[in-house]
Amino acid sequence: MPASAPCLSLTGVRYALGSARSTSGVTEILSGVDLTARRGEVTVIIGPNGAGKTTTLGCAQGLIRPSAGTVRLLGQDPYRAGAELRARVGVMLQDGGLPQSVKPLTLLRHIAALHQRPWPLEDLIERLDLGGFLSTAVRRLSGGQKQRIAMAAALTGNPELVFLDEPSAGLDPQSRQLVFELIAELRSRGTGIVLTTHLLEEAQQLADSVYILKAGRVVRHGTVAELTGGAQGAARRLTFASPRILTTAELQAAPLPVALDNGANRSGSYWAVESIGSAADLQALSTWWAQIDLLPAEISFEARTLEDVFWEVSAP
Amino acid sequence: MSPQPSRTSTTTPAPLAAPAHRRVLAHGLYEARLTLRNGEQLLVSLILPLLVLIGLHRAHSITEIIPDIQTVAPGVLALAVMASAFTGAGIATGFERQYRVLAFLSTTPLGSAGLILGKALAVLCVILVQVLVLGGTALALGWAPKPSGLLWLVCGLVLGAAAFTALGLLIAGTVRAEATLAVTNVTWVLMGAAGGAVIPLNYEGAGALLRGLPSAALGEALREPALTGRLPALPLLILTAWAVSAVLLARRFFRWT
Repeated sequence: MPASAPCLSLTGVRYALGSARSTSGVTEILSGVDLTARRGEVTVIIGPNGAGKTTTLGCAQGLIRPSAGTVRLLGQDPYRAGAELRARVGVMLQDGGLPQSVKPLTLLRHIAALHQRPWPLEDLIERLDLGGFLSTAVRRLSGGQKQRIAMAAALTGNPELVFLDEPSAGLDPQSRQLVFELIAELRSRGTGIVLTTHLLEEAQQLADSVYILKAGRVVRHGTVAELTGGAQGAARRLTFASPRILTTAELQAAPLPVALDNGANRSGSYWAVESIGSAADLQALSTWWAQIDLLPAEISFEARTLEDVFWEVSAP
Repeated sequence: MSPQPSRTSTTTPAPLAAPAHRRVLAHGLYEARLTLRNGEQLLVSLILPLLVLIGLHRAHSITEIIPDIQTVAPGVLALAVMASAFTGAGIATGFERQYRVLAFLSTTPLGSAGLILGKALAVLCVILVQVLVLGGTALALGWAPKPSGLLWLVCGLVLGAAAFTALGLLIAGTVRAEATLAVTNVTWVLMGAAGGAVIPLNYEGAGALLRGLPSAALGEALREPALTGRLPALPLLILTAWAVSAVLLARRFFRWT
């Protein structure tokens, strides 16, 4: 299978709790999710709490049977998966799924024994810096240490596709860097990675493809560049600080719409131009400044971030 | 740091699951080791039955109300089987469910079927240790089971383990872990003290209905072959019915998360 071939596809996946006959009725958790993840790519699912991220992963992993729709995991139905399919997939659950009384080394050795060609444990232990707490019962570990053990457990089988539900939750900066490096390496080896996160900066940094879920639906998806408008020819935002208040006549003479941008932390006169689409726009703006005899005290030019897109689509 | 091969290489073999028997064996031994290293489990599975065995033996020397070692020894084995299969496996599974360990393990090559088989194997391993320790102690105290009944006694142990494991998993898979802890512990004490497991009940008249209790059936399934050498047909049938019913109910109502 080529590196960019789909390794996971969800088509029209619905999942509902309850029944029409019960007093509480039916609560639809997923309302027709379409999603594709590819090998050698990081597919990130983001969305507000309760959007259906973990349920989507549950359907993809075969832990939850969808009410409707189709899930294909490495070409098979994960809900009916046999051991051979499960050997090709690694799963890190939210909150770990780790037995509390077991020592991490015992657990990792056990998971390795379920596979014929596991990832060498010494290597995995070194990559995730687990050496300091391998002999401490899981219940005594910190949240970040448990996260790293759960990630190691997901990777022990050397999977072709790995699901990581909130992999960096509770991690300190050094541990997060280790996890990011490992994810980048997995991607370069052709492993498909599907992860959920609440950290949008992390999503922007890691993702090849982003799905934004809201109320059980995919409301946006695409590459980070596509979602933020950072692709060739897309608009960017420019703000500038003016030493004086601009008059209505000056604003009307501007080549592009200019609006006051005095945020909560700003004093003075800040102005924003929302849609710089080309170098010609920038040149026209510069000419306008010359015409009105304005030398901005400060200029900043920024692309939209995934966080901007997230807030747009998350707005009620 | 050993380099990992590129997945895009045509020579990279796909990840493979270990053979099914190895997976189940690995999980059975893993769980058995965890059980035998767990202080609370060890107390319920081994120490308390041992104290009951020795205590009842000493009590018999004081009063004839307490049966002799020939009756008490198989009864204590029944108590031990219920402790490991019902209380131990049930509580462990309940907390594994609460902490989503069952969900995680079912995504590994072990799968849900391998997980159940592994748990059953772990229970049998613990029962083997119980039989060696409790049976050895009982022999030292004068227990002399009929050699012709040993095969049936083993059948009773295995069927009893199956029935009580299924009952324990049924509770663990349907109620919260804390409720499983309370229900299985209280039930174990009641079945041990008054359910016909350790001391035979009076089955005359309406008391015959008590034969249907799983604890009474297990107690009789071990006592009858040890005392008489005969096949304990009715107790084994009753245990089979409990095992089948619990498995069917567990298939219907057990929730992994």
